[in-house]
Amino acid sequence: MKPRHKRMALIAAGLAAVGLAATLVLNAFRSNLVFFFTPSQIANHEAPTGRGLRIGGLVVAGSVKREGVTVHFTVTDTAQSIPVVFTGILPDLFKEGKGVVAQGELDAKGVFQASEVLAKHDENYMPPEAAEALKRAQASGESTGKSLVMATENKPK
Amino acid sequence: MIWKSLDDFIAMGGYGFYVWGSYLVTAALIGAEILMLRARRRTVEKARQVQKILSEQTKHETTT
Amino acid sequence: MKLNWFKYAAPATFYPLAGKLIPWFALAAAGLTVAGLYLSFFVAPTDFQQGESYRIIFIHVPAAWMSMFIYIVMAGWAAAGLIFNTRLSSMMASALAPTGALFTFIALWTGALWGKPTWGAWWVWDARLTSELILLFLYMGFMALHAAIDDPRRADRASAVLALVGVVNVPIIYFSVKWWNTLHQGASVSMTMAPKMAATMLLGMLVMALACWMYSIAAALARVRCIILEREQQAEWIANLGEPA
Repeated sequence: MKPRHKRMALIAAGLAAVGLAATLVLNAFRSNLVFFFTPSQIANHEAPTGRGLRIGGLVVAGSVKREGVTVHFTVTDTAQSIPVVFTGILPDLFKEGKGVVAQGELDAKGVFQASEVLAKHDENYMPPEAAEALKRAQASGESTGKSLVMATENKPK
Repeated sequence: MIWKSLDDFIAMGGYGFYVWGSYLVTAALIGAEILMLRARRRTVEKARQVQKILSEQTKHETTT
Repeated sequence: MKLNWFKYAAPATFYPLAGKLIPWFALAAAGLTVAGLYLSFFVAPTDFQQGESYRIIFIHVPAAWMSMFIYIVMAGWAAAGLIFNTRLSSMMASALAPTGALFTFIALWTGALWGKPTWGAWWVWDARLTSELILLFLYMGFMALHAAIDDPRRADRASAVLALVGVVNVPIIYFSVKWWNTLHQGASVSMTMAPKMAATMLLGMLVMALACWMYSIAAALARVRCIILEREQQAEWIANLGEPA
């Protein structure tokens, strides 16, 4: 390769990289910065309708019902909740009381037909014994380690 | 002790592929960077030796 | 007594200094890596919700921190090169870019391998992941632009502008998990809050981060020495350097 060709190839590569970055930025600012909508936002009609969207929130404890590979559960942000139906394999960290993001569409009955379910875990890391201790402390009404407790508690029914 | 045996350690509670996939690729990439730095260093040193010989020759030619 | 900082801004004085420092940083990096891996795999306990998959954090978070921090330092050197017109500053920026790109790639790679078992997806286009990918393209753009221009000083100036424009992306990466709804979880460790991790886990992560720091410094110094020799071949002091060590 001649130096001139090499230089042109490098300039093209540089422009392509910057162009790709710019495209991603613009695309992200248009739609993807909001990765999911909460049930409250959907109730307030803040989410776009007529096309696929993602909803996010906590899986309501006790709401998970399995029929073969189809799963029914309810997603809540504590103010509003939406029933979800999903057929497929759930991620390991999908659990009642834990965060979840589902992609799909709201049907006419207000049930969210999910095509993909992702688990949204929190930023707390500790050994199982510590989590147990926190749970017990929570049960006996102590208010220590609030942020940790929020991650481990089960929502009262 | 967290691990009962070597197999237990390699299995990583069923996440062996993901955990070792992360660490081995990282080690390989950093190893590659070190090798590339060495190679670059060698090339530069060689060029410098050539440069040195050339400049001594020209000095010689101008003095004689 | 006034220290003459500009003395070390001259490649001729910085070159031997960097040569003396590299082995120490390399040694510190190796020692800290051994200690950090020991803490990560034999001291830190299993996580209560993620099991062993969380052990990816010990490489993922330090790599992600380095990717952002190296970019800021790189842009800082590039800016210094623009403002003071010092060759060495621009050379430092060029020396940092490949290592920064490497850590960005490692952060993305380990993130994908962590996301699959925990979230259920290798990749999602949320604000955190997208902005980190943009960081990789910024590093690549910086290197490609620098390589594309023949005159080194012009290349320095052009790529410095690109580096400085890209700085805006770093706070976007860092705060993305706060500003927008993302799949990526929030920060476990921050300046303002108590860490949301068990102490031994945190220790492992910090030692690994320190190891990455030492490695990055050693790699950048080794690379800047190569760059100095490549770019100052005609200089008299290089001709007088003697045999390679």
